[in-house]
Amino acid sequence: MIEISHLTKNFDQFTAIDDLSFTVKEGEVLGFLGPNGAGKSTTMKVITGFLSPSSGTVTIDGHDISTSPMAAKSLMGYLPEGAPSYGDMTTLEFLNFIAQVRGYRGEEIARRVQHAIDEVELASVSQQTIDTLSKGFKRRVGLAQAIMHDPKVLILDEPTDGLDPNQKHHVRELIKNLARDKIVIISTHILEEVTAVCSRAIIISQGKIVADGTPAELESRSKYHQAVSVRLTDDYDLEADLANLPDVAAVEKDEENKLTFTILAKEGKSIFSQVSEIAQSKQWPVTEFHVSRGQLEDVFRTVTQQSTSQQSMPQQSMSQQPISQRQQGAE
Amino acid sequence: MGNLAIIFKRELMSYFATPLAYIFIVIFLISNGIFTFDLGGLYARGQADLLPFFSFHPWLYLIMVPAIGMTLWADERKTGTIELLLTLPVRLADAVLGKFLAAWALTGIALLLTFPIWITVNYLGDPDNGVILAAYIGSWFMAGGFLAIGSCMSACTKNSVIAFILTVSICFLFVIMGSPILLDAFPGWVPQILVDAFSAMGFLTHFDSIAKGVLDIRDFLFFSVFIAAWLMASAIVIEMKKAN
Repeated sequence: MIEISHLTKNFDQFTAIDDLSFTVKEGEVLGFLGPNGAGKSTTMKVITGFLSPSSGTVTIDGHDISTSPMAAKSLMGYLPEGAPSYGDMTTLEFLNFIAQVRGYRGEEIARRVQHAIDEVELASVSQQTIDTLSKGFKRRVGLAQAIMHDPKVLILDEPTDGLDPNQKHHVRELIKNLARDKIVIISTHILEEVTAVCSRAIIISQGKIVADGTPAELESRSKYHQAVSVRLTDDYDLEADLANLPDVAAVEKDEENKLTFTILAKEGKSIFSQVSEIAQSKQWPVTEFHVSRGQLEDVFRTVTQQSTSQQSMPQQSMSQQPISQRQQGAE
Repeated sequence: MGNLAIIFKRELMSYFATPLAYIFIVIFLISNGIFTFDLGGLYARGQADLLPFFSFHPWLYLIMVPAIGMTLWADERKTGTIELLLTLPVRLADAVLGKFLAAWALTGIALLLTFPIWITVNYLGDPDNGVILAAYIGSWFMAGGFLAIGSCMSACTKNSVIAFILTVSICFLFVIMGSPILLDAFPGWVPQILVDAFSAMGFLTHFDSIAKGVLDIRDFLFFSVFIAAWLMASAIVIEMKKAN
């Protein structure tokens, strides 16, 4: 179990993490979301013991990362952002080195390395120098070193960034397979990834948690939750028909496709059956008709922009200035 | 094999995985040849010793050793592998020392490969090989001093060129500290003890006596403490500057 309690990290100019507290249990795949510069990477760097916190504690299975770093670090596998590795070594040499540092000796080294190579399918490039590998393979080398010692905690900073769709799919499958008895924390700004692999998502903005829940829970906070999306073949005035339904909040018309409408439900209400009844009785010229689970993207935008506007800054600079400042320091 | 040895091995192998080590060794040997035979006039002196060979070493190291030291941490920082290395269960001290020792071993290998010069004087005359051995060890320790400065400067920046220039500047300062040029520049009112302390920090003060065959344990102690101090400074700098 990872326990993060009142974690704060200050840099010279700003606060990257602001009194962050949460716990992650075995079996959970936690998606760590947030705009660029929100403090995702910094949080991961503090959890893995690369940076020391300004205040607060991180404990991994009871081992405090500040007071017993060796024990805590041996429980974790970490893929830093960009999957850095020693480019002048071959894949095999590099993984051998990692296995040795992880404390394996003798035949166990070869066994561990082989296992990691099989797991992420690196066999074809094991004799190649890492510098000559493609981005996807480099990422997999990074994953291989992270899972080498079958760690209880796996921390992956943007594991699919820059990969092609096939590679992304492969990495996600891999994460799902690994996740069963482990804690996995992945940071990402690809929202589909959260729905695909995570059992829980935390959205942070300006170093604070602004949302925490399962992807489905977060989606239900979207204004598109339970919304009915309708596509017509002919122009038809839907709004007039829906005016009498008390649970309908609004009707949105698609800017590009004039015949597509989204009927928003009031919070906590389900309007599907009502709308479908009206559609049948009034004989709408419908070709598509479905209910939306809600859009994570919409929730993401709402919660992260709320937190920036709380800073009571002038409208224009509110989203740009703090973020660019943050990036300079955090990256 | 502890983590120190594992890191040492990886670093040393990585020098030889690229042309860097070979280029370093070749240039080191060629410059040594030129300094010893042409500029130093080893033959013309008609003496069976290696004084001309060793007395150029401080100046040779001034350029060559920072070139090795500059990549020590700057490259780790630039490629981001510092984050990988320091989140592995590795003590910072092991990492600093392992990397330093690997680079120091490389300078040791280069130094050992100058053995033909030693064979030459033995063929031509009958030198005191004890003195030569002591001077070799002294020279290696001095290289370690330069390298420890390089380690610390390299930890300060992710740009290895800046690390190189910083290292050369600081090394130059320590080389000339003991030389008369600098000592004469002190005005008369500066207490002698300060001037002596200043001069005692100079590389030349310690290395000149070693090169002449005066084997004083204090000179070796100076370089050992010097190396230890700069390596500790490296560790502190790395710890402080990890965030950027």
